[in-house]
This record gives sequence, structure tokens and C-alpha cells, in this order.
Amino acid sequence: MALLQIAEPGMSPAPHEHRLAVGIDLGTTNSLAATVRSGMPVVLPDSLGRPLLPSVVRYHAGGKVEVGYAAQAKQAVDPKNTIASVKRFMGRGLKDVAHIESAPYDFVDAPGMVQLRTVAGVKSPVEVSSEILKTLRERAELSLQGNISGAVITVPAYFDEAQRQATKDAGRLAGLNVLRLLNEPTAAAIAYGLENASEGIYAVYDLGGGTFDLSILKLSRGVFEVVATSGDSMLGGDDFDQRVFCWAVEQAKLPPLGPRDMRLLQMKAREAKEYLTFHGEAPLTAKLSSGEVVDLSLDTETFCSITQTLVNKTLGPVRKALRDAGLTVEEIKGVVMVGGATRMPQIQRAVAEFFRRDPLNNLDPDKVVALGAAMQANVLAGNKPQGEDWLLLDVIPLSLGVETMGGLAEKIIARNTTIPAAKAQEFTTFKDGQSGMSFHVVQGERELVADCRSLARFELKGIPPMAAGAARVRVTYQVDADGLLHVSARESTSGVEASVAVKPSYGLADADIERMLRDSFEHANADVHARALAEYRVDGQRLLEATRSALSQDEKLLSADEGELIRRAMLSLEKFLPGSDHRAIKQAVDALNRATEEFAQRRMDAGIRRALSGKKIGSL
Amino acid sequence: MQSHFELFGLSPAFALDKEALEKAYREIQSQVHPDRFAHAGDAERRASLQWTTRVNEAYRTLKDPVQRAKHILELHGVDVGFETNTQMPTDFLLRQLELREELEAAVHKKDGGLLDALRSTLSGEKLLLENQLAESLDKKKDLEGSTGQVRKLMFLHRLDEEIDSAYEEIE
Repeated sequence: MALLQIAEPGMSPAPHEHRLAVGIDLGTTNSLAATVRSGMPVVLPDSLGRPLLPSVVRYHAGGKVEVGYAAQAKQAVDPKNTIASVKRFMGRGLKDVAHIESAPYDFVDAPGMVQLRTVAGVKSPVEVSSEILKTLRERAELSLQGNISGAVITVPAYFDEAQRQATKDAGRLAGLNVLRLLNEPTAAAIAYGLENASEGIYAVYDLGGGTFDLSILKLSRGVFEVVATSGDSMLGGDDFDQRVFCWAVEQAKLPPLGPRDMRLLQMKAREAKEYLTFHGEAPLTAKLSSGEVVDLSLDTETFCSITQTLVNKTLGPVRKALRDAGLTVEEIKGVVMVGGATRMPQIQRAVAEFFRRDPLNNLDPDKVVALGAAMQANVLAGNKPQGEDWLLLDVIPLSLGVETMGGLAEKIIARNTTIPAAKAQEFTTFKDGQSGMSFHVVQGERELVADCRSLARFELKGIPPMAAGAARVRVTYQVDADGLLHVSARESTSGVEASVAVKPSYGLADADIERMLRDSFEHANADVHARALAEYRVDGQRLLEATRSALSQDEKLLSADEGELIRRAMLSLEKFLPGSDHRAIKQAVDALNRATEEFAQRRMDAGIRRALSGKKIGSL
Repeated sequence: MQSHFELFGLSPAFALDKEALEKAYREIQSQVHPDRFAHAGDAERRASLQWTTRVNEAYRTLKDPVQRAKHILELHGVDVGFETNTQMPTDFLLRQLELREELEAAVHKKDGGLLDALRSTLSGEKLLLENQLAESLDKKKDLEGSTGQVRKLMFLHRLDEEIDSAYEEIE
């Protein structure tokens, strides 16, 4: 088994000119950050040497926020203000949250995403998650002694648009430059693949605290290609706790419980579950606020029988992914186990039985995702020379579509399509003289819109009067490398356009994020202007560096005049960069971006020609 | 616009060297993929997104036999007529009815084994059609004649998707 290295807390990083990049596993139960140091991925522990950060946030009346173990310890004492498993609420409305009756919070049914009322005010799951990310960012900055240039945050592969967008927003709110959202099983595959130099087709079975993912990947010489992914974003270790909790309530014939007792018993249920991984029988005792003492004992057999349906529930997505990939069990070379919940012996047994082989457990299931994310962050930050890095080809987990007449969902981009992807479809008007069309963007596999997730609605207005069926409206769906969707619509005879980045009906609008950022700075007495200036400077510096490196590689693709224009734009940016006028810096950045547009296209063309001529860049 | 074949430096043929396609795809992706430009400026990131999207689309089209055949025909200005031409030979339609009855029976009995058998029969029939297409498209260059075969193949692909849903239904 490979030993994972954990750096001494507070130790400064090895001296190199690398950009500091971190990988963050934002988990339902625990979160953690990792980085690549001297070529090795390492977890960044807290000042006490603890690698994990419990994903628990406690709000105090004065505005103080506690995150991690300290908050976790107060769960049963202060249940309404101590938020655990917030990942379950990300991008979700009140009606979508499972077991809401046994969650001890004051939910507020807000449009889009559910919110939570605490002593410090109403908080959205995005804000709560950003507290966890902020804590990890500070931990990393302390440990690496520098500013983090970029972060990769992992998400369950089966997360939909709204959940992904919410996660990216939380990253921005925590002051992170989010280089990429990376699917958790893919991150695990990177850690495994590079660790073992594996080739062939692998399955990643990832059962976390609140989500289940199954991804099938083809690994070959530096390429990680996701062939199919499936899962259940409402199934995880928490559900096993819940079964034990219900069992305990039933056995002890308890009356309906208050929030404190509920939380206490849930914690005891989890402890019993974890104890059963290494023992045949677990005690489950708790003293309730009424003075009543619950004193039970849960044996393995009972535990397996009350959770059997959950174990079976994971196998449906496994079969579906295999079918989507067009593969049989025999063609799978290995099954990688990820997520703390895969420690349960009945899970290990079920997976071994299904795949007819022992699953792979050589990396710590709690850390493997963060380690893989750190490795990817290191590549995205440009710390690896070309040739030593790898290529990652991921897919969207759920089909994206649009509502058509009669409440039917028309699929535009099918699930398991490799991203980035785009597809356009033409629509027309239904009535004579119709001047507008409204679009409803949905995600899911079902035929009826009512059974799919609603992502956004937008309108195309100003279509000139035409007979029904004469207008030609082209709707384009573009999914980027983070798996996020942008939709645009254009009427071709008149050129009327409309577009939307999919976030309004779930997730937050840009203005909300800015307001929250402002609030948090005001709270921390930080200067908003200084922050904006710092960000634009980093941005400008990055662009200058990238342009310089592009020129040194490919200036031959430009005429002397063209090169001169780019250089002039660079000079202007260099001039404004040290100044304090952030608007001038932004304008200079925009101007340089515009000046390099054609150059960028030519570089891509040249790259493709190089690829086809079979020569690597180094040999030219 | 460049054809999908040209993009990968391949000659336009229905009988395709899958390994050569995969190799070209991966090599191009390793040059243009957004992961290569995560730290670059907006212009390069945008260009990278556009190219990767285009390359993924071309790869998806060429990998799929129905879409590949359709693309070849379109390059020659021939419409397959999925929507306009619904005429199919009687014996083919009868065979389709037969296969669909088998599918319904399997669902009714909730028998995964029957679905497996049906799928393997279907794979055989698809392969046969693909070989015929290679003959008529690549060798005989009988474009109009090929359209009927492409539509047949499309039918079989739809049945394949129905088998997928059937598995989900009986689980």
C-alpha cells in the first residue's frame, strides 16, 4: 500500500517557482485540501495535524463562525445554528431535500435554493459551504506561506447544473480562483492511475456521506477518458445513519424527538455504524433530555438487513453505467473504492460479488479525491511541462433539454456526452405574428418536463411579425469544461438574440455573489477597492505571462505589424499594472485580450497541425 | 467548413480505422483542450473551448456508424431523409415487428436473459448492415442506394435504445 505523505503543519513548502494550487474535496461529512509538493500530492492538515475538516459550520449571534471539529462538538447542544451535511442542500429547493422532517434546522423556502435561519441571520447553503472552503483556503495559505493562485474543487459526478453552479459560487465567495470543478470519481482515478500506472477500463464506486457516483473510465498512456457515469445524488452514508436512527427510535419506542435529541441520536447512530466496520456488535446508548436513557445493541446481521435496500440501490446505477458504456462486467479491469462509506463490509461484499473481483482499496478512501484534485490543480496551474502531464476527458451525467409543446422535454445534449460540448437546434413560432418565444431549460432523462429538473427560463423578444412556422430560431447549448451550461437563442432572419448563463432559477445571480462578497469584506473590515485592485492585478499579471509565453513559442504565426499591435497592448497593461486605478487595469486587460484573439485562433490551428503531423511540440 | 474526416487527417470512408481516429482525436485534444489553457487569457480560453467543442462533436459523429454515414452522404449533398422518407421494404418491417414483439415478451416476463439474447441478435444484424454500407458507400459509391441502408441502421439503433430502457424497466 502506498503511504501518503502529510507535511508538518506550518512548514514552508519546498522552494520552487510553482504557482500554489490546491485541490479541495468539499464533502458531505468531511472536507479536506491537498497540494502537490516536490512532485508528490500531500494532504494539508490543520495546526493540530488533523487532515480532515468536518463539514460542520456553527453560527454565533455576534457573527463569529466556527468550522470543523469545534462546530461538530456542539451539534447536539446548538442544533439549529450548527449546520452539518450542507452539501445535501446545495442547489436544492425545499421539496427536493430528503429526510427533511428529521433535519433539525429552520428551513426557509426561498425561490431557487432552500435557506437556513440561524442566530446570525438567514444563510444559503452556498454561504455555509463557502465558510468551509474559506477555512481550507486559510489553512492552505498558512501551510504554503503564500497566496493560492488557483483551486480545483471536486463535485459528485452525478451533480446537476444547479448543484455545480452552487459549488462554483461557494468557491468564488470564499475568495478562491476556481480553476475547475472536477468530478470526484475522476479525481480518484487520477490519483489511482498515476499511482499504479494503470491501463485499461476501470470502474470507480464512490459512496460518500450524501452522494453516490459510479464512473467508468478508460485509462491509457496519459489519457483519462470517462466513458459513462451514473449515480444518485441523494444516496450516501448519511442514509445508513438514518436507517440506524429509525431502527433505534422504533426499538426504544421513542416519542417524536426535539432537535437536540434528534441530533444526539443521529450522532450515536453514526458511531454505531462506524463501530460495526470492525466489530460484530455495537452499543447504542444515549441520554435524552427527558432523562430517559436509550440503551440498545446493534449487531451486524440486523444492520445489514435494515440497510440491504440501500446497498441494492447502488447497483442500479452500476448496471446503467455499464449499459451506457456498452461494456460487460468481464471487461472491467478493476473497481476503485472511494468515500468513507465504502468501508462498510456489506458494501465491499456487494461490489466484489457484482464485479466478481476484489475491489481496490489501496488509497485512503477519505483522501484519494483530494489528492487527485491536487494533482489536477497542479497541471491546470501550468506547473507540469507538456509531455509529463495528462489529458482528462469527462462527460455530463444528465441529459440537457428544452421544454416543447405539451410539456415534453426534448433532449439537446445527451448524457455521457464528452465535454466541452455544444449543440444547436432549430425551433419555430406557433402563431402568426408571434413576437416572442420563451424557453425552459431542463435537465434529466424523463420525457415529461414535470419529471425533469428545471434549470432556467428565458425569453427571446422582438421577433418581427411573420406567419406561424416562418421564424427560424436557433437555440444553442454550450457546456464548458466545468460541466456548466450556457444557452443562447438567435432568430436567423432578424438577428434578434438572447442568451443566459444557467443560474437564475437555481443558484445565485452574479449580483447576489457580489453583494455577499461585499458584506463579508465589510464584516472583515477589508477594503473592497483594494481587493478588486489586487484581483485585477493578478489577472493582468497572468495574462501578460501567458501572452509572453505564447509569443516566445509562436510569434512566427504573426506578421510584424500584428506582433507590434500585441506588444503595444502589453506595454499599456504593464504601464497601468502598478497603478491604483483598477478600471484602467481592467480596460488594458480587455484590450490585450481583444488584441490576441486572432493569434489565439492561429495557435489552435497550429496545434492541430502539429498533432496531425505526429510531432510533439518539443521536436519542432 | 472542413469535414470531420479532414479535421482528423483521415480519408472520408465509412470503413474507418478506429484506432487511427482515436489517436488523432487524443493528439488534437492534447493541443487544444481547456485544461491546457486554464491559466491563459480570455482569448485563448475561448478559442480552446470552441476548438475542443468542435473536435468532440466531430469525434462523436465519426464514432457512430449512423452519424458517420449521414456525414459522408451530406458531404456529397445527399439527404438521408430520416424525416421525409419513411418507406421501408416490407420484409425489413416485418422483421422489425418480430424483434419488437420479442422485446415486449422479454419485458413482460421480466427476463434479462431474453434481453441479452435480443441484444446479441441485434448486434449481428447491425454488423451485417454496416458491412453492406461499407460496400455500397466506399466501393460502389452508390450514394442514393446507401440512404435506405442508413435508415435501416437507424431503425436498429432505435431498437437498441429501447432495449436499454427495457433493462431499466425490469430492474
